[in-house]
Amino acid sequence: MTFFLQLVITGFGLGMVYALIAIGFVIILKCSKAFNIAQGQFVMIGGYLGYTFLVSFHLPVWAAILAAIAVATLMGMLIERLMLRPLVGQSVLAIIMMTIALGTILDGIATLVWGGEYKAYHGALPTITLKVGDLSIPPETLIGIIVSIIVVVALMMLFRYAKIGLAMRATAEDEKVVQSAGIKVTTVYTISWIIACVVGVVSGIILGGVSGVMVSMSEVGMKAFAVVLLGGIDSIGGAIFAGIIIGILENVAAGYLDPLLPSGGGLANVFPFIVIIIVLIFKPHGLFGLRRIERI
Amino acid sequence: MSLPSGIFQESYGQDMAIFRTKLQWFLLLAFLVVLFTVPLYASDKILTVTTMIGISIISVLGLNILTGYCGQISLGHAGFMAVGGYVSAILTAKLGLPFLVALPCAGLAAGLVGIIFGLPSLKIKGFYLIMATVAAQFIVIWLILQFRDVTGGTDGISVPRPDLFGYVIQTKGAYFLLVMIIACLGTFFAKNIVRTRVGRAFIAIRDNDLAAEVMGVNLLSYKLLAFFIGCVYAGVAGSLLVNYFAFADTNMFPFGDSVWYLAMLIVGGMGSTTGAIFGVVSLKLLDEAMTLAGPALAAAFPDIAAQAAASLSLIMRGVVIAVFLIFEPRGLMHRWELFKAYFRRWPFSV
Repeated sequence: MTFFLQLVITGFGLGMVYALIAIGFVIILKCSKAFNIAQGQFVMIGGYLGYTFLVSFHLPVWAAILAAIAVATLMGMLIERLMLRPLVGQSVLAIIMMTIALGTILDGIATLVWGGEYKAYHGALPTITLKVGDLSIPPETLIGIIVSIIVVVALMMLFRYAKIGLAMRATAEDEKVVQSAGIKVTTVYTISWIIACVVGVVSGIILGGVSGVMVSMSEVGMKAFAVVLLGGIDSIGGAIFAGIIIGILENVAAGYLDPLLPSGGGLANVFPFIVIIIVLIFKPHGLFGLRRIERI
Repeated sequence: MSLPSGIFQESYGQDMAIFRTKLQWFLLLAFLVVLFTVPLYASDKILTVTTMIGISIISVLGLNILTGYCGQISLGHAGFMAVGGYVSAILTAKLGLPFLVALPCAGLAAGLVGIIFGLPSLKIKGFYLIMATVAAQFIVIWLILQFRDVTGGTDGISVPRPDLFGYVIQTKGAYFLLVMIIACLGTFFAKNIVRTRVGRAFIAIRDNDLAAEVMGVNLLSYKLLAFFIGCVYAGVAGSLLVNYFAFADTNMFPFGDSVWYLAMLIVGGMGSTTGAIFGVVSLKLLDEAMTLAGPALAAAFPDIAAQAAASLSLIMRGVVIAVFLIFEPRGLMHRWELFKAYFRRWPFSV
């Protein structure tokens, strides 16, 4: 039982981080109708930025996070302006291939700048381990939960009270109406990419503090896709809910089934894809997604 | 297609022919003669590169039928190649079947796996379908690694040299000929299938699947047929790849290749058999150029020598895709048509 609860709690913390990554994806999708395959690469870049600012520059945690957010903002602006703006109105395939190209370029840049090596900055983030009876709540779970809650609340405030947040929600409804109301849609696109970059980079710093950073860390983006599909592709609440479910399921499944598999498992890595296939076959619009009706 | 002046079509058959002028026939024959005499004078290095290009052409022709003509985007093509490669490796190495039996079996097996992962395509499209095919890629590779009793797991399988009616293919030249014969047959089949009832159904589905259904195209069977045909090509290509290296290993079928095949299709021009070949040849040559430039790059940037080649080739791949999407989304094929039109009307072209 302790083993089970332990798996559930670690899975919960992991799930919150997945949800955070998925939120970045959902925001871009809602505002600019672009599927961002490179969200996992934002996370990886975030992990490396965390390493640079915390270990190489010896910045305190708050300053490191602020510096990383500044870099992410710049990155988001550049990506939107240079790569996605020319493709407005193009087919889904063109936009997806563009974000794949973006992901490849970011992989290349990370290899170039940080040598593609494994970097760890264990202990640079505050470590508090909570003990509840036999259960220990590891620091990554705590940090993951706390940061995710802060980010989600901040985003909720943005979408409810800030003018740009309202503009983003309106753009998600109908671009043409928004334009005729005098809102610059291109600004909304840029802001949505900036938010996605910032959210990705922050989750990268959390994940990097837990398990270190390497280029293949961007595969975590695949888990975010499973989360997004399960939660419904255009629902932020769904992303949080599905993130927690997938985090817990993945951890429990890997904990119990891995020892039974012929060559030692690795189930955690393939689990998101199994979820993707099952969701796509039985409930393609996810748990909370809007079902769209198509016309000729 | 516009023809040179002075050439007139008098029957429907002539109008539908792929090769319509004597010059085209002459160029085709000359090309085939040159292609099949390459092993006589080319070095081993050139044979390796051209064989790899041939295998990629077979694979991308399949992807072109699936994605370019039927509009079902697949980002798991390397995974389907892996199915074909491993089926062929297991049949020849473990069961001792001849290569000529294993090759079609590899194609069929990959086609059947393609049908399984194509099943969701009836309900979903666009991003959802891409995720399903990405999932296919990773699940296939994971399953191969799990069943290590059959597949050898991470150790891979050694494959005997292919054997054609007692003639064992040993040299690179002979293997080059084998690949090119299959590539030519594949091109012929691909070029023709899109001119049949099936091909027109594929195009109707690509352009608007709901409208196609209203017109009486059975979506499920045609989408699955597209997956089957596309994956048969992938399976054959995978089998040829495995037999070329006489070894099967999951690292030969990375996810990056699936992306790169789709990039070849975009660079060449989607929905055109010739375009697919253009794309494969140009991007494969670009890859080769990057490999050759590797030592030079390492010398130019001594601080980052270790990762310079790998990272710059990744960045190059991304930039190529991005540049084509922004500046020429219709691909090289479109440029080639413009080029031909320019010279057909010369000196009155604009």
